[in-house]
Amino acid sequence: MSTIEVVSKGAGTRRPFFRRRKSCPFSGPKALKIDYKDVRMLQRFISERGKIVPSRITAVSAKKQRELSKAIKRARFLALLPYVLR
Amino acid sequence: MALYECVFIARQDISASQVEGLVDQFSGVVESGGGQVTKKEMWGLRTLAYRIKKNRKGHYALLHIDAPAEAVHEMERGMRLNEDVLRYLTLRMNEIEEGPSVVMQARDRRDERGGRFGRGGGRFGDRERGGRPGRDGGRFGERERGAPRAERDQADGATAASAGDQAEKTPKAEQETSA
Repeated sequence: MSTIEVVSKGAGTRRPFFRRRKSCPFSGPKALKIDYKDVRMLQRFISERGKIVPSRITAVSAKKQRELSKAIKRARFLALLPYVLR
Repeated sequence: MALYECVFIARQDISASQVEGLVDQFSGVVESGGGQVTKKEMWGLRTLAYRIKKNRKGHYALLHIDAPAEAVHEMERGMRLNEDVLRYLTLRMNEIEEGPSVVMQARDRRDERGGRFGRGGGRFGDRERGGRPGRDGGRFGERERGAPRAERDQADGATAASAGDQAEKTPKAEQETSA
């Protein structure tokens, strides 16, 4: 009996920072629009080095991530975003 | 006819009125090819994110075009020939948004506040900085730069041993709690 209680406690302390999965910022009712001209929006999805942040971190859906990466690459071509940030 | 959106960057040393001249020139080409320019937008002189042909800044202009492909090709050819045009990007759009583009909206907002937004960049940190040897970071990292190899190895061994001790302790403690 006591063992069961302790085990459940242990599991609780092992993952105290469990976070609910965020939903894709580009889908749903108040979705952001993906636009290569919108530098401020795109900047949220590039890292400090200027790299595109993986969707597993930003929770962007696969379809939207493809669109997003294209938009970022277009913005880079037009020198709206840097290729590398040092 | 198809809808296109064209952005081009003009050299920084030309004046704003010359940029408008360029825009008129290119829209003239489109119109003579049987199309029309539905919107012309000047974004003004903006700082480029990197240097293009030694330019740090450039005049941006945006055109919304409804024209047959030949007219657009002719316009692009003109852009390639024109020395003042640093870069252009023409995209075929399914539909074209009404009203001013985000860039203009952002500029208006910025004018109201009277300040420029900072160089945001990072809500998400970079992996490479985290000290973990990354794919593009660390193949020739610290080893060569650090202390001579033998010394380093010794030091590493020592730390590893102490770390090992700790590592051994922790699972034991866990076992105790779960038992």
